[in-house]
Amino acid sequence: MANITQLEKTASQVRRDIVRMVHAVQSGHPGGSLGCADFFIALYFEVMNHNSSNFNMDGNGEDLFFLSNGHISPVWYSTLAHSGYFDKSELATFRKLNSRLQGHPATEEGLPGIRMASGSLGQGLSVAAGAALTKKLNGDKSLVYTLHGDGELQEGQIWEAAIYAAHKKIDNLISTIDFNNRQIDGDVSDVMSLGNLRQKWEAFGWEVLEMDGHNMQNIVDTMSLAKSKTRQGKPIMILMKTEMGQGVDFMMGSHKWHGIPPSDEQLANALGQLEETLGDY
Amino acid sequence: MKKYVVQNQKDTRSGFGEGLAELGKENPNVVALCADLTGSLKMNEFENNHPDRFFQVGIAEANMMGIAAGMTIGGKIPFTGTFANFSTGRVYDQIRQSIAYSEKNVKICASHAGLTLGEDGATHQILEDIGLMKMLPNMVVINPCDFNQTKAATKAIADYHGPVYLRFGRPKVANFTPENQKFEIGKAVMLNEGKDVTIIATGHLVWKAIEAGQILAEAGIDAEIINIHTIKPLDEEAILNSARKTKCVVTAEEHQMNGGLGDSVAQCLARNFPLPQEFVAVNDSFGESGTPEELLEKYGLGASNIVDAAKKAFNRK
Repeated sequence: MANITQLEKTASQVRRDIVRMVHAVQSGHPGGSLGCADFFIALYFEVMNHNSSNFNMDGNGEDLFFLSNGHISPVWYSTLAHSGYFDKSELATFRKLNSRLQGHPATEEGLPGIRMASGSLGQGLSVAAGAALTKKLNGDKSLVYTLHGDGELQEGQIWEAAIYAAHKKIDNLISTIDFNNRQIDGDVSDVMSLGNLRQKWEAFGWEVLEMDGHNMQNIVDTMSLAKSKTRQGKPIMILMKTEMGQGVDFMMGSHKWHGIPPSDEQLANALGQLEETLGDY
Repeated sequence: MKKYVVQNQKDTRSGFGEGLAELGKENPNVVALCADLTGSLKMNEFENNHPDRFFQVGIAEANMMGIAAGMTIGGKIPFTGTFANFSTGRVYDQIRQSIAYSEKNVKICASHAGLTLGEDGATHQILEDIGLMKMLPNMVVINPCDFNQTKAATKAIADYHGPVYLRFGRPKVANFTPENQKFEIGKAVMLNEGKDVTIIATGHLVWKAIEAGQILAEAGIDAEIINIHTIKPLDEEAILNSARKTKCVVTAEEHQMNGGLGDSVAQCLARNFPLPQEFVAVNDSFGESGTPEELLEKYGLGASNIVDAAKKAFNRK
């Protein structure tokens, strides 16, 4: 049984890390990172079977995760650090010269936990489909997970991959969309509406689930349900309803905290709203 | 001038197809992906023999590059197959981020490169692909000259770990390099030793360079001819050794002058041993419909153009 309280405490620490990292270097993307903190913690501490102490690129016998919307790197880096992939003190190097924690995730510096660069949007679903195919070829029963932004679905390559994954019955793949209806220029529904996403993905041949991205119990239960639906001939898409900036009141309710850092005063305000549970880096 | 025997006329894409088929038998980690051009890329034999390792992705090249990148995770060696145009310009950002920057062991195999695609015209005749691909860090760029060499290159790149761009073409051309040759990535092949001018050629223009060498010999000019099948990494030692001897250089390629082999050679010479250099390449224009030979002539890529360039370089010494 998942310890929901402990997962929530870890997510609170990750949210503190996110705002501190982005504040320290006065750049980065806090909004989507905060919105996905609960998902990342559930994924790495409850859902996935993964080996944080002996990272290798091939990941045979392990579940794999690909972050397609790479700009929310702060939440991934903090989650990886708390999972044991590297020391959390390294979070202080985020976006600085000679760091392994690049602005967008990269493999070149050898940061454990990262298997593919991302940042240019729309590529992660294809990559994950490929990794899932290799797992099938290798007889590896592990699963492949991805996360995408909702605005990212405006990229055509996503739909190429959607067609392909259904056609090839890639049923060891569980994808999630961070459905916060925000993108840089405004609300997704205003910039370029996605219409009915459930119907779209179902029409493309995917099994579609929905979950509340800020209800830890619901995330854990829905991901468990998703796992039970693997190997049934269909790839799985989870529409995860989230709030950009979740956990910091003044960052919520707007798209404007997509990619700007908090000031000193705003940082203090934000940290006052987020319990320090595991010790700041 | 050394004599070369043309064994037969064969397309380089068939060399790729035969090499891939052999790899299928020899290396269980090799997988192949194709974007609805299986016949054009001569991938049928691999597909027929290894249907479980062949992935038809439809007309979706961006997706193909991403899938290939992902398939490397877990140890597969993906060979992607489509036309050169759709292997590079159309999917540049996917290659840049998911393959080159991410250092994935993908072999991007590109047919119908250059003008000699022929009648389909300029939409398909990419002349910018060498430049696009050589600019990417981590990317190896190979343009073999004939059937035998393309087959050897196809097999060799499976044993090299890292991203590779392998460029070949559609028309039947002189097949003159040894069967079952050893292909060394980044190692130039000396085709004729000479003292008056160095001709450095790649791809289909290697045979044109040999034809030019014969004409030059009759005119009393002793040309050294080098086959640069690997444009990146460039065999600078071979180029400089020859340049120091002949003191003038001609480069020849079925590609734009901007960004091609000629640029790479010029950069090497400028940094080490500046010399007169002439460029046989397409000069900042698109191609058009026509037969391969008509197009090579019209766009200045024939043996006579190499002869003229060699004489000009020689006279600039």
